[in-house]
Amino acid sequence: MSSASLRLTLRIWRQESPRQPGAFVSYPLEELSPDLSLLEALDRLNEQLLMAGERPVSFDHDCREGICGACGFMVNGQAHGPQRATSVCQLYLRHFRDGNKLTLEPWRARAFPLQQDLSVDRSAFDRVLAAGGYVSVNTGSAPAANALLVGREQAEQAFAAASCIGCGACVAACPNASASLFVAAKLGHLALLPQGQPERQRRSAALQSAMAAEGFGSCSNQLECAAVCPKEISADWISRMNRSG
Amino acid sequence: MKLDPQLPSGPIHDAWTQRRRELPLISPINKRRFKVLVVGSGLAGASAAATLAEQGFRVTLLTYHDSPRRAHSVAAQGGINAARNYQNDGDSVERLFLDTVKGGDFRAREAGCHRLAEISGAIIDQCVAQGVPFAREYGGTLANRSFGGALVSRTFYARGQTGQQLLYGAVQALLRQVDAGRVELLTQRDVLDLITVEGVARGVVCRVQASGRLEAHTAHAVLLASGGYSNVFHRSTNAVKSNASAIWRAHRRGAAFANPCFTQIHPTCIPSGDPGQSKLTLMSESLRNDGRVWLPAQAGDARPPHAIPEAERDYFLERQYPTYGNMAPRDVASRRARERCLEGHGVGPGGRSVYLDFSDTIRREGRAAIESRYGNLFAMYERITGSDPYAEPMRIYPAPHYTMGGLWVDYNLMSTIPGLFVLGEANFSEHGANRLGASALMQGLADGLFIAPATVSGWLAGHLHTEVSADHPACRDSIAAVQARIDGLGSTSGGHSCDSLHRQLGDTMIGACGISRHADGLRAAMAEVRELELAFAQELRLPEPRAGRNPELEKALRLEDFLQLAGLMLRDALAREESCGAHFREEHQSADGEALRNDDNFCHIAAWQWTGEGQEPTRHCEPLHYRHATPSRRNYR
Ligand SMILES: Cc1cc2nc3c(=O)[nH]c(=O)nc-3n(C[C@H](O)[C@H](O)[C@H](O)COP(=O)(O)OP(=O)(O)OC[C@H]3O[C@@H](n4cnc5c(N)ncnc54)[C@H](O)[C@@H]3O)c2cc1C
Ligand code: SF4
Ligand code: FES
Repeated sequence: MSSASLRLTLRIWRQESPRQPGAFVSYPLEELSPDLSLLEALDRLNEQLLMAGERPVSFDHDCREGICGACGFMVNGQAHGPQRATSVCQLYLRHFRDGNKLTLEPWRARAFPLQQDLSVDRSAFDRVLAAGGYVSVNTGSAPAANALLVGREQAEQAFAAASCIGCGACVAACPNASASLFVAAKLGHLALLPQGQPERQRRSAALQSAMAAEGFGSCSNQLECAAVCPKEISADWISRMNRSG
Repeated sequence: MKLDPQLPSGPIHDAWTQRRRELPLISPINKRRFKVLVVGSGLAGASAAATLAEQGFRVTLLTYHDSPRRAHSVAAQGGINAARNYQNDGDSVERLFLDTVKGGDFRAREAGCHRLAEISGAIIDQCVAQGVPFAREYGGTLANRSFGGALVSRTFYARGQTGQQLLYGAVQALLRQVDAGRVELLTQRDVLDLITVEGVARGVVCRVQASGRLEAHTAHAVLLASGGYSNVFHRSTNAVKSNASAIWRAHRRGAAFANPCFTQIHPTCIPSGDPGQSKLTLMSESLRNDGRVWLPAQAGDARPPHAIPEAERDYFLERQYPTYGNMAPRDVASRRARERCLEGHGVGPGGRSVYLDFSDTIRREGRAAIESRYGNLFAMYERITGSDPYAEPMRIYPAPHYTMGGLWVDYNLMSTIPGLFVLGEANFSEHGANRLGASALMQGLADGLFIAPATVSGWLAGHLHTEVSADHPACRDSIAAVQARIDGLGSTSGGHSCDSLHRQLGDTMIGACGISRHADGLRAAMAEVRELELAFAQELRLPEPRAGRNPELEKALRLEDFLQLAGLMLRDALAREESCGAHFREEHQSADGEALRNDDNFCHIAAWQWTGEGQEPTRHCEPLHYRHATPSRRNYR
């Protein structure tokens, strides 16, 4: 922890509602501790705006520890900002230099309608999962857990795919606004486990057509998705999805 | 107010089976005629909604998140307990039951603890069947690890992201029911009041966050699964928006609030640096399996950790608790850390942290072993602090983490308001004065997957005629009350932001009602909270307009409830003239500084009744009886 202090200028997309026009507004901030996160800097800005009688900036967040997937916006054109494998709530000011100017703007994708300022609606993801992103088993009818053997490596791989937090950065980074990485991760997770086998083909077809129906684009192998993913979900899952469904 | 815990009679070992036999059934045709409202999509809410829908009930689930997957359960790191004895180390339902009762310092009901231990195994089966990728041994069987306060390895885990994987399993089951049309999922809804008709829960009022519109939703039964209230301390390990509103408003409508002062302070959190910091981050307790806690033996020793030779280090937990060592229970480990820091041995900013050192394990087993066990936690630590825990010890300090208090419920999970059920961390059940590690996830899922589906269905069997429509006067009244509250909130040009008032509330609460409490401090804090309430009422600054999307208004509604709840927590802490579990009253300690229980006067659950604005609440007692576990002094030395 250091005692230095930073000055930053935040250039933020302000848009009161989907029906109103939006524009960038610049806000200078001073005496920021490098130990603060970028979201905490926004908290500070919001307190200042409030006291000045202006409307605070809307942005999504909750856990602030990189796991709930609620946060996310573009920082200088990059989804979740410049730090690899990091959601924006875990982006600390120590990675910026005194005097830096940061441009913050919301995810832009047809399937993620804007709500206000930096906040968008990602419920399309849940509608895609509802189309079949699960194992159909009723409560109370499960077989004994150890009756299903899953090799350690395989469990680890399934876990790696399952760790997608549904933040939507992959969609925002993709020139086609495709949700392929998100969908492929879910398919990969369930396809690697014996429990996921019976519905595997049906699940794959259902999720991919739901993805198209929600207005997500298709994958053209740009790999921007994997580059910005805070959970380092690999683009190999997309190839797997395309190979084996 | 009558507190009937509805405890099963007869032997504890098949009490739950017996209760299920007694509960009336509803025919599949009739189930469709019932509607159930669930508030919250964490482990408890999502699993209850999915299971009730599977059974054939019509379910509406309300959550303020934009997706059920974001519920705070997603952040649980360490694992979930189950008495499966997969490690052949002598674990059993009986032992998990006894550990739970003892871990809670004999302030929980035996019957509930036994049921929890009994159900634990089926939870793992269910989660595995749903596709939860738990850690496995090379041979393909499930792996386990151990957690604080236990001598057996009974914790199932998915690296450091167990809560995430369990929640995704539950949410997938939920979405399956959404797709089948049996669950109506309403997101971005802030539940702000309970609707009762003739004393029975009939629905809730919520604010649609996108538009500011108020809605009334009605049903035959209401299930609150809205999580814990540690955010009363402002900085805690909970998500920033975790709140007490749903349970607090139900309390004001007649639901008793039990043991509000029982708050678990977790020993292994990243200490706070800057005052602008918004939350504290937990480092999973499982780290204590491989990390050793120490401080410089010499007070004020400012050398960097590697420059302090072995002989000048004090491994104080190992020294004071030879049996449990670094795995001493949370309350004990937290208290010892605070004491050492107060005595001047602490390290880091303000001397407010202790070292958690992995160098021995790294030397013994290699970096790769640590990386595979805790890689993501180490990365998280490095991201937040900027320091590399592979190279130098982590710095940790206790932080508010989990609330054992909550709405009082009987054995069937029903509150003192008929038709209002409370699940998961929102209720007070099972953990007593202190929660064993890895048992909150177990309780949330036990409540949601198995207990509520049986008992809610049993209660509904007698109440088909009772759905009220959304234009019932009770709904209109509740909506009007919430609207009046919103209209009356603060002066818009006042000098206090919600955040600043919340920070002050947190400072007051952590000082007086945190790891350690005493009567004078609690009384002084009550006065401070009253002042904050006044400042809130008269000098709060809110942005105009109040309609539409308004995150500051959301904060204000939550903070108002936290302020009122804080008053109740302080009263409860003051009334409980003993030390037990996480509640440590300095006036009541043994010569060697351990908690001193008073079983003669306090072997009970304290349940508080709301008596009206500005009135003293009434404290009721539900006596506890121990027939299977003999109350002993907890001794981890
Ligand atoms: C960092 C951390 C790590 C943990 N690790 C472990 C662990 O390893 N093992 C373990 O057993 N336990 C652990 N716990 C505890 C455990 O995670 C929680 O107790 C448990 O997940 C709570 O689940 P829940 O379903 O009761 O509530 P939550 O998961 O908190 O869900 C609450 C739900 O209610 C909704 N809600 C709340 N208020 C309202 C309202 N007013 N209106 C509408 N919706 C509302 C929220 O949107 C959310 O969906 C941990 C806790 C934390 C904070
Ligand atoms: S794949 Fe990665 S970027 Fe896309 S939603 Fe999941 S976590 Fe976010
Ligand atoms: S706020 Fe939860 S992931 Fe960023």
